[in-house]
Amino acid sequence: MPESSERGSLTEAVYYILLSLYQPLHGYGIMQTVGEWSRGRVILGAGTLYGALNTLLEKNWIQTVAVSGDSRKKEYVITDLGKQQVEDELLRLEERLANGRRITGGDQS
Amino acid sequence: MKKIIHKAYWNYDKETAWLNELAAKGLSLSDYSWCRYAFEETEPGKYIYQIEFLEKFPGSPESQLYMRFLEDAGVEVVATYMKWVYLRKKAADGPFAIYSDNESKIKYLTRVRNFWFAMSMMELVIGLMNLGISVVEWIYSAQSACIAIPWTNFFGGLICTVMGIVFFLTLFRPVQMQISKLKKDRALYD
Repeated sequence: MPESSERGSLTEAVYYILLSLYQPLHGYGIMQTVGEWSRGRVILGAGTLYGALNTLLEKNWIQTVAVSGDSRKKEYVITDLGKQQVEDELLRLEERLANGRRITGGDQS
Repeated sequence: MKKIIHKAYWNYDKETAWLNELAAKGLSLSDYSWCRYAFEETEPGKYIYQIEFLEKFPGSPESQLYMRFLEDAGVEVVATYMKWVYLRKKAADGPFAIYSDNESKIKYLTRVRNFWFAMSMMELVIGLMNLGISVVEWIYSAQSACIAIPWTNFFGGLICTVMGIVFFLTLFRPVQMQISKLKKDRALYD
């Protein structure tokens, strides 16, 4: 069994941070993007985001991007290892959603 | 126009609430040094304030990196005092919380709790030691002709002991209770 599927689900913050980094973004961009995607439901605190980014960097799920020119803001982008985590999470989410819909009778198909 | 207010706060939750109350009225904190708050006049409700307790002193490379990240994320570092930082964000940019999930809140509050615990224990140990010294000296002096009670040790010790107990009950304990509550929630939520 691959290591990743033995673990629990990603936290909502980590899931959304990884998703937002399919394109390179700096900290403020991540907060904005995640806020928009969740229609203001998930507002990442700057301290929480900073801690999560450092953990993700340590795990090699994301990496920093060399920023050219005058922009001093650090940018981050997801790695292949990180993408694997997102794909595993999608499978878990699909299973959860399908079971939930089936049991509660919300399955329209 | 600048306005200076001298005030002492132990409880940073109450301090934050006070700063936000003034900011809502158009008095925005622009600098802080020990017990001295400097305010600038702004439009009412322009900023939201938060106070954070850093892991390391503001001059350390780690804290410098963190504060730069905050600035890049639209959070302004208004002032630092010891390991405390006074932060503000434009209210127009939406709600302002530094920590937004259970795990990071617990980690942060544990840092604050440990600090208050160390402070209360320090006061308590210094206080009890001085009380002990004064009692021992009093007993010794009672055996000789002139009784001399070391009042400095006695009152200093008493003040420190009382402060230690007050710190423990009003600063350490509320944070400990907050952490316990979050830990219970952790079984259910992120």
